[in-house]
Amino acid sequence: MSEQVLVKKQHERDGWLSRIPKPLHGWILPLIIVVIWELVSDIGNISATMLPSPISVVAQFARLTMNGELFEYIGISVYRAAQGFLLGSIAGLLIGLSTGLGKLVERTLDTSLQLIRTIPLLSLIPLFILWFGIGEFSKVLMIALGAFFPVYLNTFLGIRSVDLKLFEVSRIFQYTRWQLLCKMIIPAALPNILLGVRLSLGISWLVLVVAEMMGASAGVGYMIQDARGYSQTDIVFVGIIIFAVVGKFSDSGVRYLEKKWLHWRDTYKG
Amino acid sequence: MTEMLKIDKLNKTFAAPTGDVIALNNIQLQVKKGEFITIIGPSGCGKSTLLKIVAGLDTDYTGAVVLNGKPVDGPSIEKGFIFQEPRLFPWLTVEKNIAANLSLKDPTTRTRVTELIELVRLTGFEKSYPRELSGGMAQRVAIARALLRNPDVLLLDEPFGALDAFTRAHLQEVLLDIWQTNRTTMLFVTHDLDEAVFLGQRVIIMNPRPGHIRSVQPIDLPFPRKRSSSSFQELRHKVLSEFEKVEEPTIDVGAGI
Ligand SMILES: Nc1ncnc2c1ncn2[C@@H]1O[C@H](COP(=O)(O)OP(=O)(O)O)[C@@H](O)[C@H]1O
Ligand SMILES: [Mg+2]
Repeated sequence: MSEQVLVKKQHERDGWLSRIPKPLHGWILPLIIVVIWELVSDIGNISATMLPSPISVVAQFARLTMNGELFEYIGISVYRAAQGFLLGSIAGLLIGLSTGLGKLVERTLDTSLQLIRTIPLLSLIPLFILWFGIGEFSKVLMIALGAFFPVYLNTFLGIRSVDLKLFEVSRIFQYTRWQLLCKMIIPAALPNILLGVRLSLGISWLVLVVAEMMGASAGVGYMIQDARGYSQTDIVFVGIIIFAVVGKFSDSGVRYLEKKWLHWRDTYKG
Repeated sequence: MTEMLKIDKLNKTFAAPTGDVIALNNIQLQVKKGEFITIIGPSGCGKSTLLKIVAGLDTDYTGAVVLNGKPVDGPSIEKGFIFQEPRLFPWLTVEKNIAANLSLKDPTTRTRVTELIELVRLTGFEKSYPRELSGGMAQRVAIARALLRNPDVLLLDEPFGALDAFTRAHLQEVLLDIWQTNRTTMLFVTHDLDEAVFLGQRVIIMNPRPGHIRSVQPIDLPFPRKRSSSSFQELRHKVLSEFEKVEEPTIDVGAGI
């Protein structure tokens, strides 16, 4: 069997796919969906209020970009989400580290946190509005609460799954407490921590949308809510797509960190 | 003759829900500086427990364990430990694993690490990660890591047990080399009869239930030893017959090369 034969086999298996550059493979399905969508909204008898055509969505997108509204809203939304995410995930990391490392903290704190965790976050919105109003503070706090738990739980889990055998090695070499934390526990727990960060980014984004639709005077969520009121469904679509794209970018950011920091992992890569 | 390690009336009991397990019963052992001791016995006879106590990893025992005149009350740099598994940090490269909590930016550490990598013949793999190494290579990294601290005594718990026969023979040579150059005191646990006789100046024979020292066999053969020599075979037989007095033949007899 020569290399040529193997290469040929690979070609046969991928077929037409091999003629499209690899990075674009993931975009084939979305493209097909957009084409079908265009066809349906052109041919069908569906009103633009129900299903605007992709072209009108693009036109709206262009208009909102030109007048600067869109980027202003994206900026505001991203800023809100980032504040809440940072607040929540840093708190999750710190509290997760302390419950993970200390039995005493775990015993006194974990039960309460688990109780709070079982409350569906969105059911707390009325209370948040009642207590903190509908201002920035209330929104950021809600996002932070959502972002807290994935990081907290996964940090705790990561620490508790540190291999006892490696721990013994660190005892033999007399690691100081600081070395134990920085050179042993955190690197060992990092895969879990990053998973938590990824989940928490997703939740931040979700809570942001809800918070902005509950009441805001700016932001992508507000734009969607406002457009719905005026039956400007194409703007609603622009908003949804923006959420999808920004969400995807932030997720790719964490994936990049995973690639960079966790390349030592010996796992199945497909 | 200086006694470096003195173990006197050492007893160790594990509390278990099904009743207490006596892991070590009245262990008496004195080890001279620079001596190569091998400890052999079936699994469950307390070999690992003994080594962990000497290492200071387990301080819950009765009796006396004195190293260099001081009672053992915890890990210290004079005691190196090599486990059955390499136990490398998967997120560190070979050289960083060897340095562990020491900094490679320190020129003395840097030079020593480079020397040790040469000694265990891993030059070229400095920047590799553990997942890229074979079992034998990983164990060599673990050896280098233990040697970097210049321990007075090296405790080895079945370090070559999981390796194939060729790699094992090679690492035995490496270890003897290290011992002859550095005169490190060795406490080497194994369940392989040939390995025990090949490496040890004294073979400590242990038996289980409760774990105790059954007998001590001096191996007065010069190094390098030949496994095929009649004197080697004779001593091997002597040790083996100690085990045949017990019912269960739990010792790995056929693993020699
Ligand atoms: N952490 C532990 N808890 C309870 N019993 C233990 C523990 N570690 C070892 N033992 C018991 O002590 C005895 C000796 O174990 P070990 O020293 O590991 O034997 P070896 O290394 O010779 O195979 C065994 O009977 C084992 O079941
Ligand atoms: Mg053992």
